[in-house]
Formats: sequence, structure tokens, C-alpha cells
Amino acid sequence: MSVSAVRSPAATSGLAPLGRMLLLQTWSEMRIRWRIPAFSVTIVALPVLFFTFFGLPYVKQTMAGGTSLGAYLLASFAAYSVGSVMVFGFGIGVATERALKVDVLMRATPLPPLIAILAKVLNAQVYALLSLVVLIAYGTVVGGIRQDLGVWVDMVARLLAGSAPFVALGFAIGYLSGPNVAPAAANLVYLPLAFASGLFLPLSQLPGFVQRVAPYLPAYHYGQLAWSAVGAASEPMAVAAAWLVGYTVLFLAIALRAYRREESRKFG
Amino acid sequence: MLGPNGAGKTTSISLMIGLRRPTAGEVRLFGRPPTDRRARSRCGVMLQESGTTAVLTVAEIVDLFRAYYPAPLPAERAIAMAGLTEQAGARVGTLSGGQRQRLYFALAICGDPEILFLDEPTVGMDVEARRAFVGSIQTLAGAGKTIVFTSHYLREAEELAGRIVVIDHGAVIADASPRELTARVPGKKITVIAGRPLSRADLDGLPARVISLDGDRATLLSNEPATVLRELFRRGVDVVDLEVSGADLEEAFLALTRRAETVTG
Repeated sequence: MSVSAVRSPAATSGLAPLGRMLLLQTWSEMRIRWRIPAFSVTIVALPVLFFTFFGLPYVKQTMAGGTSLGAYLLASFAAYSVGSVMVFGFGIGVATERALKVDVLMRATPLPPLIAILAKVLNAQVYALLSLVVLIAYGTVVGGIRQDLGVWVDMVARLLAGSAPFVALGFAIGYLSGPNVAPAAANLVYLPLAFASGLFLPLSQLPGFVQRVAPYLPAYHYGQLAWSAVGAASEPMAVAAAWLVGYTVLFLAIALRAYRREESRKFG
Repeated sequence: MLGPNGAGKTTSISLMIGLRRPTAGEVRLFGRPPTDRRARSRCGVMLQESGTTAVLTVAEIVDLFRAYYPAPLPAERAIAMAGLTEQAGARVGTLSGGQRQRLYFALAICGDPEILFLDEPTVGMDVEARRAFVGSIQTLAGAGKTIVFTSHYLREAEELAGRIVVIDHGAVIADASPRELTARVPGKKITVIAGRPLSRADLDGLPARVISLDGDRATLLSNEPATVLRELFRRGVDVVDLEVSGADLEEAFLALTRRAETVTG
């Protein structure tokens, strides 16, 4: 049944090249996401919409430390946006795949699970980048917020690099809930989290008890990554990074527990 | 691998391809654990309980699966062998149940595997799809591929298999060529209506398998209908009505797998 007489290097090693596998897997993930408008449109449009309501009216003001309030709010919504790509993308994506039993067939192929996960992460990073570019362009053009390009590049890099806790949170939601529950679960967890962490409104405008709770929330420390890029962080980056690593470990542990439980039920 | 529903066919396939872990014993594929990537690169599988994303097209998903294997078939070839050439550009979500089943077949063969595991491959296929599928299976077998498939239709196994393993309740109850197996299966169905209610004692020791016993009516399967009738007359069973017909193969086969229950019950 072999088609060519000349055997390729892949054929002699008995394994397909992982690089090509990762590339095609990522590309497929991107196409899948793109064709689900409920995901692709929401991911790009919602942060812009929220910024329009909560950010645009205040862009001309300046904060106590001299930072432009517009840049601060844009950074807040940038953090909100990347977090939402991760939580919603992984939460709903994983729950849907489990329901469709896509995972069962994939397991029987030589695709290493790590490549499958890596492809999802790469795909999410690309969508996060897309939503950030749209948001920053909107803030610059419509909001008239002026910052050096370097500031935005720095912010984008920090946000993408620090997104791990939300990837893990998305996985946990995806493994703990079915496809009908996952969107609601992701909203119920992520929206209050983002709000209470000062990503919608600056913390100083929130009730006192929220201000006291915020420093214990992952989105608060994630926001610090974005705020530091515009010179408005309220804690050292090392502290923020430590919190984010801690939350990544916690959410991963929850996700792994749920994954293992399902694993032993489905494949034990 | 042949057996009624619940016989353990899917579980056996799952064990062979490493989707489930055996509680005892060991599975080896090409001398490796079935979960080993080198072993997986040489087999193709078609499962009953599995799915794919709905928004990719047939050609896109076949291309994706090809990338998992070291020496895949050309995509058009795999799609043609599954009889999906016309649907190559269609999204998976728009396919009918039978077409979807053909897609899973395309995904199973696209890596040009040496061994194919197909769990109830013809379920949901219409007549035409089934015919194309049978043709592809015969082509693959002719090219030296090993094909392990499950079915609960004796006729299907007879048509396609060189060796049939019958399992029931997780145990092998027969392992033979199709010819040997059909010889073992009772060929005649005898329905007797007696002038009085029949009891187990009336039927004990007959060269037949009792399928049903309901008042004055009994249905038996046997390869020796004449002996059965002679014995019934000798035991003084007055036969009011009688029907002897060629046993439906499926029915006969089910009787074979239910033997253990009949004896104990």
C-alpha cells in the first residue's frame, strides 16, 4: 500500500516529525476557533465594547502619579482581554471537545498529548495577540491615547508571557463542566474576578471590602503586569510573578485532579 | 471479533489499542506497549464512541490526521477509499451518519497503517456505503494489511473475515474459520405446538438448543431436526402443529453464544 518507493526520513524513523504535527495542529485549532463566531467575535469585540463603556469617558484624565488614566484603563482592559481569551477559549473549548468525544479518537492516534496542548496554547496566544492589537488600535485611534509603541509592545509581551494562570483556570473549568455549563461557569468565575481585581474600574473606585480582597486575586496581580508597562503598577513585578506562579500551580492541580478523575472513569 | 451486544468487543479493542488498561495481563503491539508512539504510528483505529470537530472540512481533518503518521497515504486516496470524494470540501458537521462513519474510516486508513482496528465499522452505513467499505477492506487485506474488526452480524464476519473469534461475556467461546464456525451453528429452527403444556423434562437431552418454551409452544434450534422429532414422538409428546424452517443465522448464532445461560437456567 506504500505509495512511493523512496522512503522519507520520517518513514525510516517510524515517527512523524513533531514540528510539522504542531504546526498543522495549531493551524487547525485556529481555523476551528475562527469558524465559531461566538468565540472569535466575542474575543475581539467584548474588550473593545467594555473599554468604550468604562474607559473612553475618562481617557483625558490624569492619575495621581501622573499616568494618563486612558493608558491605565486601556492596560486594564488589555489584561481583561487576554485573561478572557484563555479562560473562555480553554474552558468552553475543552468542555466541548470532551462532549464530542474528540479526545477519545485523538488518544488513539500517535499525536503526543503535549503537542495537542501546546497547539491549543499557541492558538490562544495568537487570538490574545489579535484582540490586543485591535484593542490598542481602537484606544489609539478612537480614544486618542498616545504612548510609545515600545510601551505597548512591552505590555503585550508581559501579558502573553504571564497568561499561564488563566490557561490553567480554563482547563480546570473545561474538565469540571459540560459544554452547556462551561460558558456560564467561565462567566461566573471570570467576570467577578476581573471586576474585583480592578480591571473594569480602578480599584480606588470600588467598595472598601473589594479593595481589601483584590490583592489576593490572580487577576489583580495579572493587571499589575499591564499597569507596570504604563508606569502605574502598585507592587514590584517579582511579587506579581510569584502570585501568578502560585495561582498557576493551584489551578493546574485542580485541572489535573478533574482530568485524572475523568481519565480513570473513561479509560481505566 | 464476533459477539452479541455487551459481549466485550469494544472493551477488547480498547485494550488492544491502549485506550484502556488491562486489570491483569499485558497487551503488546509490534512488540511494544500499545500506547507507545511507534506502535500507534503503525495502526489505524475506528471507534464507535468517538467524535471529531464539526467545523473542519473532510479534506482538512484528513490532512491533519495524516500529519500524525510517518508515511501517510495521499489525502485524495484515503478520501476516495472511504467513498467521500464528493464530500471532501464539506464540513464534518454537515455529513450524514453514514458519511461520518466513512470519514472515521478515512481517518483510520490515512496513515497507511499495517494494522487496522475497526469497532463495528458498518453501523449506520447504508447499503451503498457498506458495499464501498467492503471493497476497501478487501483491497487493504489483499495488500497485506491486518484488519481486526468487530461485528454482531455473523453474515458480515463470514463475508469479510479469514478468522472469527466469538466472544461473550468477555470470554472467547469460539475461534475458527468462517466455514468451521457456520458448521457448528445449528441450521434448522423447529417450532412445536403440543396438545398439552410442555415442560423442561420433555425437551431435555434432545440434540437441540431450546430458544423459547411457553406453555404448549416450544422453539428449538438443531442440525438434526428428524432426530429431534422422532425423540419427541417417542416421549409421547403429541404434536398438534409443527414448523421446520432454515434457521436465521443471526438467531442461530445468538443461541450459540447463549449456551452457557441456557444450561444453567
